Amino acid sequence: VLLLAFSVVVFAHAELCKPDAQNAFKVRLSIKTALGDNAYAWDANEEYLFKAMVAFAMRRYSSKSTTQISNVLLCNVTDRVSFWFVVTDSAKNVTTVPGSEVEAAIRMNRNRINSAFLLNDKTLQFLKISSTISPPVEPSTPAWLIVFGVVLCLTVAGIIFLIVSGIQRRKKKNKESSDTENLEEKCEVTVTIENGIPCETLDLKAGHINGVYTADDERFASL
Amino acid sequence: MEKPRPLWDNPLQFVFACISYAVGLGNVWRFPYLCQMYGGGSALLSCYLAKPSGEGKKKKVLMAVGQRMRRGSIGAWKMISPYLCGVGVASVVVSFFLSMYYNVINAWAFWYLFHSFQDPLPWASCPLNSNRTGYEAECARTSPTQYFWYRRTLNIAPSMEASGALQWEQALCLTLAWLVVYLCILRGTESTGKVVYVTASLPYCVLIIYLIRGLTLHGAVNGLIYMFTPKLEQLANPKAWISAATQIFFSLGLGFGSLIAFASYNEQSNNCERHAIVVSLINSTTSIFASIVTFSIYGFKATFNYESCMNKVILLLTNAFDLEEGSLTADNLGAVRAHLQAAHPQQYAELLPQLRNCSLEAELDTAVQGTGLAFIVYSEAIKNMEVPQLYSVLYFFMLLMLGIGSMLGNTAAILTPLTDSRFIATHLSKEVVSGLVCFVNCVIGLIFTMEAGNYWFDIFNDYAATLSLLLIVLVETIAVCYVYGIRRFEKDLHTMIGHKPSWYWKVMWAFASPLLIISLFIFYITDYILTGTLQYQAWDATQGQLVTKDYPGYALAVIGMLVAASTMCIPLGALLTLLWRWLRRE
Repeated sequence: VLLLAFSVVVFAHAELCKPDAQNAFKVRLSIKTALGDNAYAWDANEEYLFKAMVAFAMRRYSSKSTTQISNVLLCNVTDRVSFWFVVTDSAKNVTTVPGSEVEAAIRMNRNRINSAFLLNDKTLQFLKISSTISPPVEPSTPAWLIVFGVVLCLTVAGIIFLIVSGIQRRKKKNKESSDTENLEEKCEVTVTIENGIPCETLDLKAGHINGVYTADDERFASL
Repeated sequence: MEKPRPLWDNPLQFVFACISYAVGLGNVWRFPYLCQMYGGGSALLSCYLAKPSGEGKKKKVLMAVGQRMRRGSIGAWKMISPYLCGVGVASVVVSFFLSMYYNVINAWAFWYLFHSFQDPLPWASCPLNSNRTGYEAECARTSPTQYFWYRRTLNIAPSMEASGALQWEQALCLTLAWLVVYLCILRGTESTGKVVYVTASLPYCVLIIYLIRGLTLHGAVNGLIYMFTPKLEQLANPKAWISAATQIFFSLGLGFGSLIAFASYNEQSNNCERHAIVVSLINSTTSIFASIVTFSIYGFKATFNYESCMNKVILLLTNAFDLEEGSLTADNLGAVRAHLQAAHPQQYAELLPQLRNCSLEAELDTAVQGTGLAFIVYSEAIKNMEVPQLYSVLYFFMLLMLGIGSMLGNTAAILTPLTDSRFIATHLSKEVVSGLVCFVNCVIGLIFTMEAGNYWFDIFNDYAATLSLLLIVLVETIAVCYVYGIRRFEKDLHTMIGHKPSWYWKVMWAFASPLLIISLFIFYITDYILTGTLQYQAWDATQGQLVTKDYPGYALAVIGMLVAASTMCIPLGALLTLLWRWLRRE
């Protein structure tokens, strides 16, 4: 009788858990990618832990403490490491818990399951169960506006400084040139009186004529 | 009595100003593209053969003209012959168009620079879609860097007709860019002379840092080998030579009037011959130097993409056939694939469409130029380096320095003739004129910040300066050699630098340059006639790539107007002068 019961259980197991069975999920682990040299080997103990985590997730989700580790069935474990699992309902015989429930339970406890295996969403994949990706942290004021503001203020300050100093310099020069102009006028007046030579005869054209500008008045006038 | 003309504090400032103007973004993004298109070795070869005959002498002529006449471009050409005032005006018009759109590049550089102060970089990964189950659709179809450029930066419209709204972020960056330019040109040579020390030397520092970093990157060697292997069949392709000639031509910025403007602030005794040669040499060396840096970055990016592609294929196969992790590597991939194909033919056949053939050559061959290279390819390479923020800041700061250096030249070309004109100089001060020019350019530049702005930018980039510039430089060369007289020019050079130019220069000026320019000109005209209608590349968000479209009618009209506005100045100027003289005679 025992043998019969055992064979029934095994048969049920094979029936319920097989690739693409109803309410079955495929899991894929990439331990070497995640941990490199610290990778652990996937053996029966790890499988036991996995069953325990799924049972834990089901318990937390439905909050009825009826799911046992023996309710989680694993099959088709490959070298990749990937396998299929299904959760049976202990209340009703030989049926599986609906896939939506399992999915919701896993989703809720994804973090805990990942941490138990030292993996993350990418290296411990439940195919068909999509995970929400955490968005990058966004500060309240975009960082670029702050830098922009700083540069803008510096530039405007520089411009104002240059303009103001230019105006001041020009005022000083004007004052100075008006002072020297008065002086020059006095000098010229004295020169005129002393030498008796009026200023108008001082011919500017008596200077050196640049051969480049051959006599063509057109050029000067049109500037 | 005339106010004394402002001078550079020392000849070094003039050289730095010319370097800063000539070494611009073109050296960084156009020359490497040419190397890639026509095979590095052949591009180098053609450049070295074309350069001595091309630029040094043209540069020398323009510098000499400016230095001798001590006037901006309009005044200088008027002195050579009153009928040539149109040439000066044409130069100013071209510079005006150029400065309108060029500063938009600086605005983009500012945008990327400000966004580099984040961890992680915003173009490192795709943003999430609304229900957080995956990445945003458009970003998933292309790469995060392209998404950041086309969507986040430009917010580009699907075609030119849908012009869309003004992007306030870009408008802000553009305003800032113009304010910075205004700050630099505010005081004329006094301020420009100091600024060019920074804008000329800083890019070299950054390039050296990038050279060291680039050469130590994994896979950089692949890029360098690719760069130096000549594509011998391309040497026979006339397009390669023509592109090389065009690149040399435009990279020096001849014909914009900037060189004349800068040189006009020189002392008459300045040795412009030596400076011309120095600046040309530095320009060519910079191009090659920048290519080495760019190609090591290319090599790194190509190797990185190649290895990611291989890893994806390996992962796909490992998952599909449930093989042990790590059993499949790049080395045994071929053998294992063959084995799998034999063992599970049906499953393998189903998988085949997803298995891309990864090729390092294909990755290296993706040639991108212009804004694509600077903002997409480089940012993609940077995000994969360690401490990407540092390299990103350095790189975009360098782009900014290069861009501002060139902008100083452009605005000098516009402002010098304006401030030389007695009418304007008596009514408005230098600061006000500069401010007005910057303001007008900024307002017009807002067009380029609209959603379809990038398409208008491409129009300006391709057509505002190319044909008109060729014509202007041709007329300039002919004017100096034949109208002014080569003997008079010789004598002027003799008075300025102390010795007469050798017969090599004279032959080059009188015959070789005009011939070269005419041939380039003919080539462009025939090329346009042969290809028929003009087309542009539009970004298709649904496909996640660029598609080719025809220009709408009004865009073609604008292109025609751009080319006409500058070229028509030359005959118009001559005509008006003729008319004026005829009227005066009567």
